[in-house]
Amino acid sequence: MAPLSLLFLTPLLPEIILGLGAMALLMLGVYRGERPVVLIDALSIALLVIAGVAVILLPPGKLVTLGGSFIVDDFARFLKILALAGSAAAILMSIDYDRREKQERFEYSVLILLSTLGMMMLISAADLIALYLGLELMSLPLYVVAASHRNSLRSTEAGLKYFVLGALSSGMLLYGASLVYGFTGTVSFIGIAHSAAEGGTGLIFGLVFLFAGFCFKVSAVPFHMWTPDVYEGAPTPVTAFFAAAPKVAGIAMFVRASVMAFPGITTQWQEIVAFVSIASMLLGSFAAIGQRNIKRLMAYSSIGHVGFALIGLAAGTSEGVQGVLIYMTIYVTMTLGVFAVILSMRRDGGMVESIDQLAGLARTHPGMAFLMAMLLFSMAGIPPLAGFFAKFYVFLAAIKAGLYVLAVIGVLASVVGTYYYLSIVKTMYFDEPAEGFYSMPVELKVVLGVCALFNILFFVYPGPLVGVASAAALSLF
Amino acid sequence: MTSWPILSVVTFLPIVGAIFIAFLRDDEDGARNARWIALWTTLITFAISLILVWRFDASSADFQFLEKRPWLGGAINYSMGVDGISLPFVILTTALMPISILASWTSIQTRVRSYMIAFLVLETLMVGTFCALDLVLFYVFFEGGLIPMFLIIGVWGGPRRVYASFKFFLYTLLGSVLMLLAIMAMYWQAGTTDIPTLLHHAFPRNLQTWAWFAFLASFAVKMPMWPVHTWLPDAHVEAPTAGSVILAAILLKMGGYGFLRFSLPMFPQASLDLAPLIYALSVVAIIYTSLVALVQEDVKKLIAYSSVAHMGFVTMGLFAMTTQGVAGGIFQMISHGIVSAALFLCVGVIYDRMHTREIAAYGGLVYRMPLYAFAFMVFTLANVGLPGTSGFVGEFLTLLGTFRVNNWVATLATIGTILSAAYALWLYRRAIFGKLQKPSLFNIRDIGWREMAILAPLVALTLLFGVYPKPVLDMSAVSVTQLIDNFQHAVSSVQQAAVAR
Repeated sequence: MAPLSLLFLTPLLPEIILGLGAMALLMLGVYRGERPVVLIDALSIALLVIAGVAVILLPPGKLVTLGGSFIVDDFARFLKILALAGSAAAILMSIDYDRREKQERFEYSVLILLSTLGMMMLISAADLIALYLGLELMSLPLYVVAASHRNSLRSTEAGLKYFVLGALSSGMLLYGASLVYGFTGTVSFIGIAHSAAEGGTGLIFGLVFLFAGFCFKVSAVPFHMWTPDVYEGAPTPVTAFFAAAPKVAGIAMFVRASVMAFPGITTQWQEIVAFVSIASMLLGSFAAIGQRNIKRLMAYSSIGHVGFALIGLAAGTSEGVQGVLIYMTIYVTMTLGVFAVILSMRRDGGMVESIDQLAGLARTHPGMAFLMAMLLFSMAGIPPLAGFFAKFYVFLAAIKAGLYVLAVIGVLASVVGTYYYLSIVKTMYFDEPAEGFYSMPVELKVVLGVCALFNILFFVYPGPLVGVASAAALSLF
Repeated sequence: MTSWPILSVVTFLPIVGAIFIAFLRDDEDGARNARWIALWTTLITFAISLILVWRFDASSADFQFLEKRPWLGGAINYSMGVDGISLPFVILTTALMPISILASWTSIQTRVRSYMIAFLVLETLMVGTFCALDLVLFYVFFEGGLIPMFLIIGVWGGPRRVYASFKFFLYTLLGSVLMLLAIMAMYWQAGTTDIPTLLHHAFPRNLQTWAWFAFLASFAVKMPMWPVHTWLPDAHVEAPTAGSVILAAILLKMGGYGFLRFSLPMFPQASLDLAPLIYALSVVAIIYTSLVALVQEDVKKLIAYSSVAHMGFVTMGLFAMTTQGVAGGIFQMISHGIVSAALFLCVGVIYDRMHTREIAAYGGLVYRMPLYAFAFMVFTLANVGLPGTSGFVGEFLTLLGTFRVNNWVATLATIGTILSAAYALWLYRRAIFGKLQKPSLFNIRDIGWREMAILAPLVALTLLFGVYPKPVLDMSAVSVTQLIDNFQHAVSSVQQAAVAR
């Protein structure tokens, strides 16, 4: 066999790097014991960075390989970089936590690397089988890391709950995929699009089951029930990870499958997505109001944010996809920044998770409180912070697509949501100070600073992100 | 043309000052330096904004000092400029900021640096709102102002500050998000958010009505118009003095400015059709809130309700769409900006000494504080609209302009002016005149140098504009004429089309 024939692996280069690297690090951990944990963490981050560079260095344009089931376009490049960044930040944010909680295990980074590999596969998947493979590779390590506090009842409960419900949703997704295959005779997105030009009851049935699986993965209502429990129970760095990178990958598969495989029946799936979006926004906004635990609150907040991102998908246009991409980018920075603060809520030798513990943060840690407040205002979508522009682009697409009801409900839900973000700001700024926290570890400071400054200064020079997202969205259509 | 971006400088200079303050140390020296930096920043900003007046060509209705840079991609640009309608508000903002800083000099003792930063950021956002020539940019500045004001009320406010700040924030936000959707609909319809272009774009009738209501939702809350005014008394009462000043003098004007800049010129047909609604709300505001003001026990609340009544005159005058009505509305807003700011400063003076705003806690102040009594007298009379003060010119012009269009509305509104005399003079009588009986008041000091420096320019302006309103009226005259011409043209062309059909 000529060596040239290996060229078909070129589009897979970042995945190959990541996969081989993860296995090498696993070996290193196995043979060197628990000692080199920080080294493995550092190498994992380096590996994610190298994979990111590889994604950028791939030849431009649309690359298709593995018989059409793996596709690298601008859409995939954009989201892969985002997922890699989210994973790298999650590993970075876990270092201090694991040291203090005596949870230093090298498997953690390796599992995140493997999960990230699944995400990259998922983002590039162009047929249902590749999609399922990517999804499972992403999810299985997630179940394990959710339960990684082996001695904690809450953590093991979270892991188990996540696994059982996740398996159920995978089952639904597979059932939907089999129906779609049965009614179209193919698993590739292009093929499905070709033969599903006019729809039909059976196909819609398959679509609904497929969407049920997607909704579970991105924690959209009505398949959101696992989210608050898992977010609360899992160790906090794991929650930070859950809230960022896997959401990106989940949204990526949702968008790609809908847009590439079912362009002929857009009006049908638009209705489903619009309903899911409205339900998620409303539930995310109203249910968060009563929460006292900040991790639970972030769970409901993430449900709401997914609802907003799905507005862009409901529009079903390239503007909408552009909005989704911008939304997810900004969402990841907001979430990671907020979790950097949550991870530094540490006093009297342990973590605290109640919102009341933030009281008077503006006096005890003014810098941290200011950046946190900006992130919260950004999450609420108040200009001139980045979160406003995130919402701006998805609503802009919805208005163009004529989804006025969805847009009006969306903005009203965002006002309701503002209430609980303001409550946290109120706790930090208006209330009398509680005892201060321990000083913040350097790596959390870096994550918080970068994320918050991105959100504060986004409005100064929004052009690049908007332009790249626009190009990425167009590559799908 | 100027070669340097003067509007951007005026807008963003306060942020530069805020960044300086952020690097100060958090102690007594830092607090003192923060005050001085804030004062100098606002003074320099004011000085630069005067260059605008000097170079402004009042004989042209075009936007001047234009700046345009690509921003959000597509047709959404960073675009700034002022005309005769927005320039007076820019000057009002920059002029009142140093006064607000001075008014907070001694009354704010905790977290001084954060306070000054919040005020400087707020100034940037307010000036930006009046200078923005792009709808999205306008919205960003317009809404961004909520964040610093929320913190000002919530951190340095009175006992019910949390409630007041939340109500202020959520009320205003709720109104504004609908406007945002209307802006997007306009973007897809017209293909741009450039305000000068949109001013001449004929929107379809259907969109006009919906967008008009969406903009109304935002501006009516901001203005505030009855019945969505209830956030205002709470916010005013709980805010620190300078916060009330900015709220009454400038933030409320954004609503009126919005009507002038967007609702009237961009949706002329809808404005004409729905003017009776505005008249009705204005008259209710004028009479009802004046009656409510009569029974208030809290000085700040009384002034807050009187603000709602005065804003009723503004909306009435603007929607009359006559030269006098619109010019009067603009003048009334500027005048109210000066007078209400001064009244809140006057309340601040006695609040700093006695730490109560109950009218009943005062009485006979004239014996101990003659200078203060004089200043308060001038502003009370201006609030009533006595000829010779700036309040008269605005009220008279709006009533005149409205009378030509609708006699009944003007007549009912005139009754409101009688009520305003009743509550304002009664307040003055209870607080300043009467016997000096309360022992706590025996040693109260008259206003000092700092307070005199704050109030003297406002007294001078109130009296000056009362007898010589020309500077403000001239500045906006050409722009107002063009606004009305375009309005009449748009309305009559639609009518002709209807007749032809």
